[in-house]
Amino acid sequence: MSQQRDKTPARRRFLRDAARSAAGLAGIAVLLGLQQKQSQARDGLALRPPGALANGAFDSACIRCGQCVQACPYQTLKLATLLSPLAAGTPYFVARDIPCEMCEDIPCVVACPSGALDPLLTDIDQARMGLAVLLDHENCLNWQGLRCDVCYRVCPQIDKAITLDLQHNLRTGKHAMFLPTVHSNACTGCGKCEQACVLEQAAIKVLPMELARGQLGEHYRWGWQEKQRAGHSLVPEGLTLPARGAKGGE
Amino acid sequence: MANPVAQAGRDARLRHGWWRSNRFLILRRSSQLLILLMFLSGPLWGVWILRGNYSASLLLETIPLTDPLMMLESLLAGHWPAWLVWVGTAVVLIYGLIGNRVFCGWVCPLNPVTDLAAWLRRKLGLRQSASLPRSLRYGILIAVLVGSAVSGTLLWEWLNPVALMGRGLIHGIGEGALSWLKGLVAAFGAGIWLIVALFLFDLLVVEHGWCGHLCPVGALYGVIGSRGVVQISAEKRENCTRCMDCIHVCPEPQILREPLLLQKGAPQVASDACIACGRCIDVCAENVFEIKTKFHYSGAKK
Repeated sequence: MSQQRDKTPARRRFLRDAARSAAGLAGIAVLLGLQQKQSQARDGLALRPPGALANGAFDSACIRCGQCVQACPYQTLKLATLLSPLAAGTPYFVARDIPCEMCEDIPCVVACPSGALDPLLTDIDQARMGLAVLLDHENCLNWQGLRCDVCYRVCPQIDKAITLDLQHNLRTGKHAMFLPTVHSNACTGCGKCEQACVLEQAAIKVLPMELARGQLGEHYRWGWQEKQRAGHSLVPEGLTLPARGAKGGE
Repeated sequence: MANPVAQAGRDARLRHGWWRSNRFLILRRSSQLLILLMFLSGPLWGVWILRGNYSASLLLETIPLTDPLMMLESLLAGHWPAWLVWVGTAVVLIYGLIGNRVFCGWVCPLNPVTDLAAWLRRKLGLRQSASLPRSLRYGILIAVLVGSAVSGTLLWEWLNPVALMGRGLIHGIGEGALSWLKGLVAAFGAGIWLIVALFLFDLLVVEHGWCGHLCPVGALYGVIGSRGVVQISAEKRENCTRCMDCIHVCPEPQILREPLLLQKGAPQVASDACIACGRCIDVCAENVFEIKTKFHYSGAKK
């Protein structure tokens, strides 16, 4: 058969070259296309559904079936695609687009066959999808002394997850500021505050736990808590420390 | 004398009519479409026949199904799957034992894409093909499994175009043409370029490149189903006229060589690579091929 085709070497070479250059071009086009897609990455952080195992564990447990997405009544959950920061096929939501409505029966967790969404989560208030953080004090209206309060008002855990903390307004000298303050012991990371923020870009955003929270050094203790626990100060009261001047001690 | 590649199946059509020479193709496309519709009926009309997608699903709210490769990756990555996943895998394994690579031919949503590439190749007379070993897919399969164990992630799922195609089609639905289109764009995302790349790879670079050489999902189904009950058999191979039509349409032509062309050993086609698509039965004007079960041969000596 190959001898037969050798009778028309010019045609054969042309076809081969054409096919190879087309394939090469297509390959380059695809690469460029992917590149471009990636640069159009949407704004807003991707959050996991309620009950999701910690990062690595979730990636190995989730079998990408999308049943949580189909179970979500509010079209909150989406599946990641190729080249997204999350593993392709895993569920996420972007709070600024559609936040979690915190269904009491948690249908996404019920639908999960693999245990990637922990079936032990039965109380949605215990979910920790992330933590709301008021990132931008400079643009938050409440921090300017205005009474926006929207994040506080929409919070499903109002007065628990977000409180308004009173502070003196130094700019006017005579008014108050009501600072939205998030409390990690109650915030579920549902993202309703981020979605509702009236600014062009939300000043309050839900961040994944590991981004949102700091951590004390292992050895570090809060003195006042230790004092309360022990019933007395752990260091002698009225301790005088040596003065360390330029000339120091002996 | 061998027929031209572009005219594979013409003799059978002229002699036996259109239905007889296309029936397995039609049945197979119907099967693929039907399964997709079973996934779509839920989101579209609220009738949940299959929840989930090709990676894992729930049939009629009771029977779980899980892609065995997905399950293996998850297990090796260090997650002990919930019982539902185990049951689902068991169910798919049973079906894997019934058929050989029937998933590839009758279920896989990517199959129509690679079939289109192969069809275009024949019609356009593109014979040029880089050569890759057919066994490469088993290498990839092992690499994926070892890689999952080492990295602790489901390695193949970063790429898996089979799952990707299914997700795009199933999760990209919307009401009305425009929102559906938007949904598809969102659900496929950058993944559509992978599908395009695969199509072009199959069309221009390697003949039957993806399904026949690379895909580890199909490779695993091949391993599971190598003792499959469903078998294609060159029953009347003495009638073969060497027109080569079956070889030209077969996605795994190497498996037809021994039982048909060399007439060596049993007439049954080996199961590990055969996708039981039945296209060879369609295109054969001499009615050489038959689709049978293994039980058909039990006791009968050849």
